[in-house]
Amino acid sequence: MAVDKFSIEASHIMMFARSIGDDNQIYYDKEYAADAEPGAIIAPPTFVQASAQFDPTYGLRPRVDGIGWMGSGSNPTSAIRREEPKSEDTKSGDGEGNKQRRGGGGGGLHAEQRYVYHRHPKVGDVLTASSRPGETWERVGRRSGKLVFRESVTEYRDQNGELVVTATSVGVSTERPVDQK
Amino acid sequence: MTLKASELNVGDTYTETVVEDLKRTQIVMYAGASGDYNPVHTDEPFATKVAGYPTVFAHGMLTMGLTGRMLTNYVGDGRLTEFGVRFTSQVFPGDTLQSTATVESIENGLVNLSVTTTNQNGVEVAKGTAQARVE
Repeated sequence: MAVDKFSIEASHIMMFARSIGDDNQIYYDKEYAADAEPGAIIAPPTFVQASAQFDPTYGLRPRVDGIGWMGSGSNPTSAIRREEPKSEDTKSGDGEGNKQRRGGGGGGLHAEQRYVYHRHPKVGDVLTASSRPGETWERVGRRSGKLVFRESVTEYRDQNGELVVTATSVGVSTERPVDQK
Repeated sequence: MTLKASELNVGDTYTETVVEDLKRTQIVMYAGASGDYNPVHTDEPFATKVAGYPTVFAHGMLTMGLTGRMLTNYVGDGRLTEFGVRFTSQVFPGDTLQSTATVESIENGLVNLSVTTTNQNGVEVAKGTAQARVE
């Protein structure tokens, strides 16, 4: 993933906080936040994941340039993804729609996520994100066949080039959907 | 709220129910806010007929976000220095999740926590660690 401009905005933090059921006023109220320890509205700990919104090539967002989406319309799926996901794009799953390529249609899942906070992003920051591949490994799982794990390390830097958050994501491709038993 | 090292003991725990009877709508909210529109999370025909799952399931990052809410309520705003989890089981609509942090060690103004989130059947859905600054 490469993001040139991830502006940390109050309304985006508000929507994100709502989605995780968090009513902490540090995410909603500028005046409250000004008097609290951080001194400004800050991002919840997992918020940088939403930088996907600002990644022009993010593969898990319906495209507006005529390339079809893999969700259901008149049929359960109406499109096949054209692009192979890049290894660094494995976070949050990487192409469950491509049944042909993945065999069972189980596709990619998010196996692990780790963050190191050098500081917490706050409203007004403008971050960049750049990712590099980490380790890759395989193992055989009882519930989903052969598993291929791919690590990706993303550095979020602020407008001064300072490191703000280091995010390590581990995606796993499964041979078949995870057995629920 | 701030945690004080002098008031913490190894083995202390803090628990919150982070979601009760998870609704598909909340998963949709998370998709919209995070930007992850993978249809396995929100699109029932796709999730069942194409991807082969019993129904849609929550983003791992929604589970981590809910778990993080417990953590920030415990350690205070802007105090986390590290947070990581493995997603050990899927989370489905209807699930009720409980998150717990346990104090593992306290040193040099930092508390190390183990973190676990389990569903209504006692199945662990996320497991990890966190570290935070304490007074």
